[in-house]
Amino acid sequence: MKMLVKNGRVVDPASGIDETLDILIDKGKIVELKPQIKVEDVKTVDASRLVVAPGFIDMHVHLREPGQENKETIRTGSLAAARGGFTTICCMPNTVPPNDNSGVTEYNLSEARKNAVVNVLPIAAISKGLKGEELADLADLAAAGAVAFSDDGKPVANSLLMRRALEYALPLKPFVIDHCEERSLSEDGHMHEGFCSHRFGIRGMPASAEEIMVARDIILAEQAGARVHIAHLSVKGAARCVREAKARKVRVTAEATPHHLVLTDAALETYDTNFKMNPPLRSEEDVEALLDAVRDGTIDVIATDHAPHAAEDKDQEFDLAPFGITGLETAVSVLLDRLVHKKIIPLGRLVELCASNPARILGLDGKGRIGPGADADLVLLNLGKEIVVEAGEFMSKSRNSPFIGWKLKGTPVMTIVGGRIVYPFAKE
Amino acid sequence: MELKSKHLLGIESLEPSEIRLILQTADSFLEISTREIKKVPTLRGKTIINLFYEASTRTRSSFELAGRRLSADILNFSKQTSAVVKGETLRDTILTLEAMRPDAIIIRHGSSGSAYYLTTFCRSHVINAGDGLHEHPTQALLDAYTIKQEKKSFKDLKVVLCGDILHSRVARSNIHCLKKLGADLTLCGPPTLLPPAFGAFDVKIQHDFDKALEGADVIMMLRIQLERMQKSFFPSIREYSRLYGLTAERVARAAKGAVVMHPGPINRGLEIAPDVADSAQSLILRQVENGVAIRMAVLYLLLGGKDSENVG
Repeated sequence: MKMLVKNGRVVDPASGIDETLDILIDKGKIVELKPQIKVEDVKTVDASRLVVAPGFIDMHVHLREPGQENKETIRTGSLAAARGGFTTICCMPNTVPPNDNSGVTEYNLSEARKNAVVNVLPIAAISKGLKGEELADLADLAAAGAVAFSDDGKPVANSLLMRRALEYALPLKPFVIDHCEERSLSEDGHMHEGFCSHRFGIRGMPASAEEIMVARDIILAEQAGARVHIAHLSVKGAARCVREAKARKVRVTAEATPHHLVLTDAALETYDTNFKMNPPLRSEEDVEALLDAVRDGTIDVIATDHAPHAAEDKDQEFDLAPFGITGLETAVSVLLDRLVHKKIIPLGRLVELCASNPARILGLDGKGRIGPGADADLVLLNLGKEIVVEAGEFMSKSRNSPFIGWKLKGTPVMTIVGGRIVYPFAKE
Repeated sequence: MELKSKHLLGIESLEPSEIRLILQTADSFLEISTREIKKVPTLRGKTIINLFYEASTRTRSSFELAGRRLSADILNFSKQTSAVVKGETLRDTILTLEAMRPDAIIIRHGSSGSAYYLTTFCRSHVINAGDGLHEHPTQALLDAYTIKQEKKSFKDLKVVLCGDILHSRVARSNIHCLKKLGADLTLCGPPTLLPPAFGAFDVKIQHDFDKALEGADVIMMLRIQLERMQKSFFPSIREYSRLYGLTAERVARAAKGAVVMHPGPINRGLEIAPDVADSAQSLILRQVENGVAIRMAVLYLLLGGKDSENVG
């Protein structure tokens, strides 16, 4: 049956659209986009007073399956994504076993086909076993469906291996994403190094550890003529490196997380492990620089780095607890409230950061835009609706969010994937 | 007057008036330890758990004696002989001990924030006996008490704190305590162990020990841990000792009547020369003695409550 999304404010910067239009969907694709479409025998979705945007794409999530299904599964992660307004998510390879061979990539994809309610695209490892020693079979992984390569969580320490990965991936569609951290500078740390870390007595992870690796990756990518995508950029100096590299036409793109845009290291005052992640929350100066980078286009993408952890793992002494927080179900509300309503960026820019740009970077032709022929992946946003983040409502198996209890204005109210409403969830 | 919080987690959260209250209260307890019968009934019927996840001689015995001299029942718990070695988490350990209805838990733990963490799920009073690199409040209180005995006033008193500031909970607690009491505080150590960012604590930073010592009324030395060398915080003991070791010649640069303090345990001949440690100017053993009185004061103020008997 066809679907008609009526009277919504369609915001699609990729097509230069911001106006009230109807969207007609058939067989998973958008077939028509214009005011007041008249058609019979159609399921109608009333989008009056709502924003209709291309479905959001999260380039950076951890789904924990296979191996750590107590924290998250492909299914629960996809339900969390649907609730959060994401229609496509890219899952990082640090599972158990890691996604360093086509068998695991195929497993990800087949589990996603069976159990996921959103599109799940696997990111494969750069190195075998994420060990940073030998390249994984990158062409095999690409053929199996990997959309990018990353040893996320474990930065590629060896510069030669990073050089080879960038070069070897040149003829392949997937590109390299790096978690930039010079571990010799940060290995004992549990939070950003600065006055707060000195106050709280927590060993620090200096900004330089990130900046050095971002600079290295840019230099290597420039030399190889390769693309590189900087994961979760969080410090001022790294933003400066990327900005300068883009001015030189180096093929570098970068993402930032919602939490690095709205929280600072001062939040660690209560040693709450739901504020512990890597890269860590940075200084106010870094947050300001990051917001500038989001405004001026240095940052291309907002990605959540959704990293679910079991309650018993997080409920420990601060330095024993693992890094990582969930993000899929809070990101859009946090961004609408703190960035759009606070007039740091216009709504169109948010859609660029969350949909158009990730689609372009990942080379997803049918996604990230609204127009005839595009995939019918849509998110409907109610900009005025106020919510309180409640842990009990999370679809994710994990609860490790720093935003629990936050009152936020603006929230996704419907998520459509391939012409099918996946959120609100169908009553069973 | 009483303390605002039911816990003692650090000095940073205390008001100057609360610090003064603890110091005044210790005055009345100091004498008890000099009596023939070193015991008063103040905390009779109270149970205190002394929970030490790290090795400790003075803090642990000091808290134990403080509790006993106030007639509290003390349960000593050490990591090595407990179910912690079987993998029990801190939370489960505390919940288990709490089921036995103690009134207070004194905790020494290697993780910064561990004392605070306990308060998020604990009924008992929590007393921080040292959490990671963060704070060691009773040490700073006994240091302040010892300084007050000698120097009467903190106003414009020049205090030099020298050593591994970066990794020292004693340093952090003393920074907060001495600033709140109005002292003029200079931190000293190599930049690797005293990062410039510490200036934001509103203290003076001086990397040249000889300069720092000029006119100092109080010299507080910190223990240097030998494992820091492996992480290249300093190249050798010889060089560290030459630059930052306290010798009699260096003490001579300080003000007349300057006193020398050290929280212990000391490395004789490394950060402090033996003749300095044993000199008349050294208050090292007085610090230990005062520690019992300070801890009695803290236990009394937190557990004594309004319905308890007088100090005795």
